[in-house]
Amino acid sequence: MGPDWFVLIGVVVIVVGFMLKLDAIAVVIIAAMTTAFIAEVSFDDFLEFIGETWVSNRTVSFFILTLPMIALSERFGLKEQAVNLINRLKGMTTGRFLTLYTVIRQLCGIFGIRISGMVQFVRPIVQPMASAAAEEENLLTEPNDELIKAESATAENVGNFFGQNGFVAASGVLLIVGTLEGLGYTVEATDIAGASLPIIVIAAVVAAIHFNLLGRRLKRNAAPEGTESNEGSLQ
Amino acid sequence: MSSWGDEILNLMFILMGLLLAHTGVRALLDKTNPRRYTTAAFWLLLGFTFAFGEVVSYTLIGVIVIVLGALTLSKGVKVGTLEEGTQEEKDEGARRLGNWLFVPALALAGIAVAISTWAPFGDQSGTVSIGVASILALGIAWVLTKAKASTVAGQTDRLIQQVGPIGMLPQFLAMLGAVFTAAGVGEVVADAIATIVPDGNRFAGVLAYCAGMAIFTAVVGNAFAAFTVITTGIGVPFVFALGGDPIIAGALAMTAGFCGTLVTPMAANFNALPVALMQMKDNNGVIKTQAPIAAVMFVIHVLLMYYWAF
Repeated sequence: MGPDWFVLIGVVVIVVGFMLKLDAIAVVIIAAMTTAFIAEVSFDDFLEFIGETWVSNRTVSFFILTLPMIALSERFGLKEQAVNLINRLKGMTTGRFLTLYTVIRQLCGIFGIRISGMVQFVRPIVQPMASAAAEEENLLTEPNDELIKAESATAENVGNFFGQNGFVAASGVLLIVGTLEGLGYTVEATDIAGASLPIIVIAAVVAAIHFNLLGRRLKRNAAPEGTESNEGSLQ
Repeated sequence: MSSWGDEILNLMFILMGLLLAHTGVRALLDKTNPRRYTTAAFWLLLGFTFAFGEVVSYTLIGVIVIVLGALTLSKGVKVGTLEEGTQEEKDEGARRLGNWLFVPALALAGIAVAISTWAPFGDQSGTVSIGVASILALGIAWVLTKAKASTVAGQTDRLIQQVGPIGMLPQFLAMLGAVFTAAGVGEVVADAIATIVPDGNRFAGVLAYCAGMAIFTAVVGNAFAAFTVITTGIGVPFVFALGGDPIIAGALAMTAGFCGTLVTPMAANFNALPVALMQMKDNNGVIKTQAPIAAVMFVIHVLLMYYWAF
């Protein structure tokens, strides 16, 4: 049977639902139902299918297991200590700090260190440090604080994505090798990791430029209040 | 050996179920929560799917998944009173413990790496490493802080409720990605792109391969799922067949897919989880800051593949 254009309606449901900011979980379920309906899957089979994929994807939510340790560390001042630490590093701006984190994250990837950085590092350590660096320069207005949260996550994602394939046993590398071998090409994992290195270096440069521009943007955002930008700062 | 790993993995899921059920019970007892019954129902049912996923029928789990969606749709999941801890307590902790506070988070990473490298739990070592490391790191944090058990419980509940139902979005989307894949969305996307690419034009082929990876990844939220479909449907006929080096083009296609990951709400564990973790106001805040980087990186991928793979 040829491809059926109507299966893309589920994709439309997701895009429209997310754009209208409807309840995200409900939108996902409705998109799944729509797709199953169009593919003429019976409701019983649909329930069984989503039940099975839900159960087989439980590891996606493994981060929940890290929450007790993070929560406990936060209660005893993890964020406060992260802020103390950055305040001791003179000249560490938000932009420089996020560039540094991106590169560290890339190196973790290259050495095969798999971490769930969002939970372990971004929320409890990186974002507080990035915000504290901005506060040091009197740049921490409310919109800037929101922006720094997003940029802290950006540093994690860029460092994670454009670093992991430098490791020969990374799951992405093994998938490329497996797929290409399946298609009849001869490939070694070391070749793929090697071919990934230029883009890792390029990503570090792009991130450095991006976070340098962020520094200017933070200053521009805080500028209208001039020296009083402190007024709107968050603690 | 591998059944030993499976046992540990199953134990982890039961543990997750208990953590979620604990939050459910606390929500039920929290009279300040305006929707305490529905909130409790959400966390208890969620916990049930983790602890008993392999025991009950998949159909029952499917029903529960839909009920979870109905509960969030009806705004039934609310946050009551959480055990926040005062600023004085936090400052005092930071003064007392100093840089030791970083040890549990770093130990978590270190132990996880050690377990996945050393692989004591067979095939499942990579998967269970985060779980086992979490438990050991919690032990370290507990010893360091000398916290009371009730504080550990209260704090765990606080963070689970702060992250909230949106923290589960990655798992819901992984489920949707499987539905899309089963329905053949990948073939439709690959076919659509293949019909508009001129035959025998190297640059068009490279552009289609990279764009196919980025677009399909954005649709299903996962570059790994995209790679096999797009490489077979576009990479082979339009790039490899014209003399493009499969090693270079293949490696670059995967990271071109990551450019799509940076800009899609479907990749919720990367783009929505941080929104939940940091209580950001804009659901798309992370995507917005990543979009310029994704655009620049995409152009570089196309040029690099065109000049380097041929």
